Amino acid sequence: MPVAEKRTAARAPRWRPDTRPTARPARPAGAGGRRASRLWPYALVAPAVGGMLYLLVYPLARAVLISLQDFRLRQLISGDAEFVGLRNYRTLLSDPRFWEVVQRTFLFMALNVFLIMVIATLVALMVERLRRIGRTVVLCSLVLAWAMPVVAATTVFQWLFHSEFGIVNQTLTSLGLTSFDRYPWFANGTASFVILVTLIVWQSVPFAAITLYSALTTVPLELYESARLDGAGAGRIFRSVTFPVLRPIFLLVLSLEVIWTFKAFVQIWVMTRGGPGDATTILPVYAVQTALSSQRYDLGSAASMITVVLMSGVLVLYFRQMFRQEDESR
Amino acid sequence: MSPRTVHPRLRRLPLNIAAAATVVVCLFPVYWMVSTAFKPSTDIQSADPRLLPRTWTLDHFQRAVEADGFALFWRNSVLVTLGAVLLALLVALGAAFAVARMRWKGRRQFMLMIFIAQMAPWESLIIPIYIISRDTDMLDRLPTLTLIYFMITLPFTIVVLRGFIGTIPPELEEAAQVDGCTRTGAFWRVAMPLLTPGLMATSLFGFITAWNEFAYANFLIIKQQDNRTLPVWLSSFQNTFGTDWGATMAASTLFALPALVIFLLLQRHVTSGFAAGAVKG
Repeated sequence: MPVAEKRTAARAPRWRPDTRPTARPARPAGAGGRRASRLWPYALVAPAVGGMLYLLVYPLARAVLISLQDFRLRQLISGDAEFVGLRNYRTLLSDPRFWEVVQRTFLFMALNVFLIMVIATLVALMVERLRRIGRTVVLCSLVLAWAMPVVAATTVFQWLFHSEFGIVNQTLTSLGLTSFDRYPWFANGTASFVILVTLIVWQSVPFAAITLYSALTTVPLELYESARLDGAGAGRIFRSVTFPVLRPIFLLVLSLEVIWTFKAFVQIWVMTRGGPGDATTILPVYAVQTALSSQRYDLGSAASMITVVLMSGVLVLYFRQMFRQEDESR
Repeated sequence: MSPRTVHPRLRRLPLNIAAAATVVVCLFPVYWMVSTAFKPSTDIQSADPRLLPRTWTLDHFQRAVEADGFALFWRNSVLVTLGAVLLALLVALGAAFAVARMRWKGRRQFMLMIFIAQMAPWESLIIPIYIISRDTDMLDRLPTLTLIYFMITLPFTIVVLRGFIGTIPPELEEAAQVDGCTRTGAFWRVAMPLLTPGLMATSLFGFITAWNEFAYANFLIIKQQDNRTLPVWLSSFQNTFGTDWGATMAASTLFALPALVIFLLLQRHVTSGFAAGAVKG
């Protein structure tokens, strides 16, 4: 995606080629062929557009509609939902539990994104300084961690933190922290929350680190040299030379990580289902719980739509950054 | 004398320690999964864990493979994933060609749509898609999953293929057209062979995305348990294996293996940032 885009686009001069029409060859066609060839592109993109309309736009519109209806199990079966305006949103917004979930979502997001970005930047800087063999080994292990399927990784973490035979408890106990002997991590809200954050950070750092590292390799070496000649220390070099070059990619990765926080739905659902209590319930989990477990499809849809609105704020930032990148690389 | 000769090594020491720590942190969970899968049960459930298994056993793998429905879910996963990836490739090839090689009104808007679709909030669409599938009698059916995975992988496939097509000089096809090929013929005979590596890489990433997908498989396949896919089966391992962690880890290993292999094969592309963001759960 964005980075891929930049990389391939830099090599190939055909991003939005209509700005340079002379590069295009005359089309082989008589008068009849000309009309047909004008329809060709539309025929070629039609399936993609159709798919998007039916599988993205329509569900989204449907979700908006449901969030404005009184839609419960009865309406699901009989199919005659009544329009109730913004009642569901009012119900949600006046529910203290919902606000707790929103708060928790932001805490979860901030914690994850902060840890991911800090660790990933450090790892990227480290990889850049390593010699060839070390670099290959580190990159390979990053790729392996990245490749771990979400559900498999989640299962493994459940095993690592198993109360009786989990390696984490056994290690902590043998280090003298006897209070961790058979400590039931998943019975404690904060502990589950921490494990989930650890899992997400572990899974997300590789992508961020590799992307940042490949951005680092584009920093011209002469810049470092001249900075060093001018007597700049390591911290100063990072602030004045490295980071400005890194910034666009850094912001892209940052906004992606923010958006991807919501994908933690899978890890949470597999590991804790939002429990114990409400301790790991973030917005998407709350929405699905409300809809599919308590059959309040209307409230669940409303919560989903609020999530989408929150996300699209970040998304706008992401797109601005991405298109700026596109323009620069042209 | 020595400060200059000793220093570099010493100075690199913290760096190397950090690198070693990174490697250990990245690999340990993966290693622990595999080694637990190979350890005898007595070692798994012992008070003092060993980092290296004393003896190796394939018992857990045997139990995982023989577990109820494993073969069936494996087959389901493969069918759904392959279907989605092939469909996405076919549709994306056309769209990417139109975007990279043709001039038409609405192309920029189309690409913007694709970029937005790439960031689609799939976690927030579970409820309406559940209801739509229920209304259209598509619940509990594998084609539903195929269609959704197709849509999840399509935008990325289009974006990357557009890039690949862009790197092939149009002059090649023009030459073929001058020699009497039709435009389509020129594309198939000249550009396609050059595109094959791109198609491979793209489809492998699509494969991983679809292979790992959990949420939709979990909520759209409810009554027809025979139509479940591997991630859902694995997530409910406690129903299958109880507290048999050896078999659970063996099953996880078998499930993770294709993804790990593909990633390592594509490592070069991955590390060069090619796949940036394509694959995440």
